[in-house]
Amino acid sequence: MEPGEDDEEPAAADVPEPPLRAPLTRRGALMGMGAVASFAAVDVGGFAYAGGWLRPDTLTPPRFADRFERVYGRHDGFRRNHAKGLSATGTFVSNGAGAAVCRAAVFQPGSAPLIGRFSLGGGLPDQADKPDAVRGLGLLIETANGQQWRTAMINSPVFTDSTPEGFYERLLASKPQPGTGKPDPQRMAAFLDRHPETAAALKIIKQTPPSAGFADSPYHGLNAFRFTNDAGATVPGRWSVIPQDPPVVPPASVGRDFLFEDVIRAVARRPLQWRLMLTIGEPGDPTNDATRPWPQSRRSIDAGTISITAVQTEEAGNARDINFDPTVLPDGIALSDDPLPAARSGVYARSFTRRAEEPKSPSQVDVRRTLS
Amino acid sequence: MISHSETSPAAPRFAFSSRILHWLMAPMVIVQLLIGVTMIASLSRYPQLLAVHRPLGVLILIFALIRLVNRRTHKLPPFLAAMSPAERKAASWSERLLYTLLIIQPLTGWAMLSAARSPIVALGPFELPGIAPHSIGVYAFFRECHDVFAVLLFATFTAHVCAVLFHTLVLRDGLLYRMAVWRTRSPQHDFTERS
Repeated sequence: MEPGEDDEEPAAADVPEPPLRAPLTRRGALMGMGAVASFAAVDVGGFAYAGGWLRPDTLTPPRFADRFERVYGRHDGFRRNHAKGLSATGTFVSNGAGAAVCRAAVFQPGSAPLIGRFSLGGGLPDQADKPDAVRGLGLLIETANGQQWRTAMINSPVFTDSTPEGFYERLLASKPQPGTGKPDPQRMAAFLDRHPETAAALKIIKQTPPSAGFADSPYHGLNAFRFTNDAGATVPGRWSVIPQDPPVVPPASVGRDFLFEDVIRAVARRPLQWRLMLTIGEPGDPTNDATRPWPQSRRSIDAGTISITAVQTEEAGNARDINFDPTVLPDGIALSDDPLPAARSGVYARSFTRRAEEPKSPSQVDVRRTLS
Repeated sequence: MISHSETSPAAPRFAFSSRILHWLMAPMVIVQLLIGVTMIASLSRYPQLLAVHRPLGVLILIFALIRLVNRRTHKLPPFLAAMSPAERKAASWSERLLYTLLIIQPLTGWAMLSAARSPIVALGPFELPGIAPHSIGVYAFFRECHDVFAVLLFATFTAHVCAVLFHTLVLRDGLLYRMAVWRTRSPQHDFTERS
């Protein structure tokens, strides 16, 4: 590897070439060249196939991200979904109760810093806040051993889709039409006919009206994971955060950013707190279908308190630059047979890479402007 | 053929350690390239593939560094006399390029994860430390490098295999056997037997 050391001078030390190899024949040479060409074809073709370039009909993370851009337009530097957001910081104080089902360090008694992000569903970074828009809370909790737990939760009690393919189809079916600003009703009806699980989930969501704001809302992880404790016992689990002693949130106002402004003012007064609840599934509970709730009677563990102590305008270095990938899990929490987290991970990574490479513009939600 | 053909003085080969390292590493690199290109297009297996890709990258980096030391401490067999100066230059430079890519590609992967604040690879209960500042701009830079180097590595690998196959199957100069860890008949002896 050292330049010019070994490679030039061996010429002088050349051993005499063996008198010669097997005699060259035209047939042999052609077969040899055929073998070289075959290798090259299989090699290049195999990689192109694996990379999805020869399978235009296969749903891949880049095509998923393309669909968000098709529905919402492309907004440089912003997430493809949950584009409008607010950075937050705080702590998780574990009471140790979670250790009964999960050996992750985060559930040992103690405290760990967290980075959070409040967001609105959809790919429009400057959309007007609406009471019924999906609200999200992303969390990154890092324990002293360097392990991370990332989760992106929303305020719906169940998810609208059980498979990534369903989500992908619904995105287009629910695209607002230029004239009415609402989805094409025929198209949506046809989609729901094909996806009864989504119809059932929408019914449950409708029965659970959203809270007034970010500060008094629960947030649900929705996907099922597997918890393993110190004894090696594994159980299926989901998690939610439930507001504790929430502030009184003023009723919806006409302001474009009223949901975000309310939570900014609430945090300025005092920290906001949520209980982190782990729900333990029993045999027969669906772990591969986030559209179906588990029975209310399931064991529920209060694992500790999430405190949001400060919020920040999204900018370089804070939650803006975090990918809340739900497959980043500490030892003790593992993926289940739920197909959504893997797909979310792939699509979030693609979205993160795209926006990382794009120019950035300021967030619609501005903490200083709100408090001034 | 006949028994003494196997004990006759064989054509020069690479040092034994070089040959072992070459064949241990070859499948790792091929699998790694295949996982890398598959996972970016996979909606159902992305985290599982990534869980192999990261530690395998660390392993390849370790092996590449061992090979670099091995390369600097062992003499190469001489070039085949039939190779022109241009061919020798191409062989030397492609070797350099492969070594460089095999070291730099895992490092860019490590750096982009560090910049994205992502966990790298767990060594027992500890995480491998970051090697780049937390910054989405730094992430974007290394992420693009990782793409470019992956394509370069794939192209260099393909050219390398095609060249060796061309020498071995078309020119029949036994080039491949210089790297063999298996028994080969000396082409020289073949000729003698025939004549």
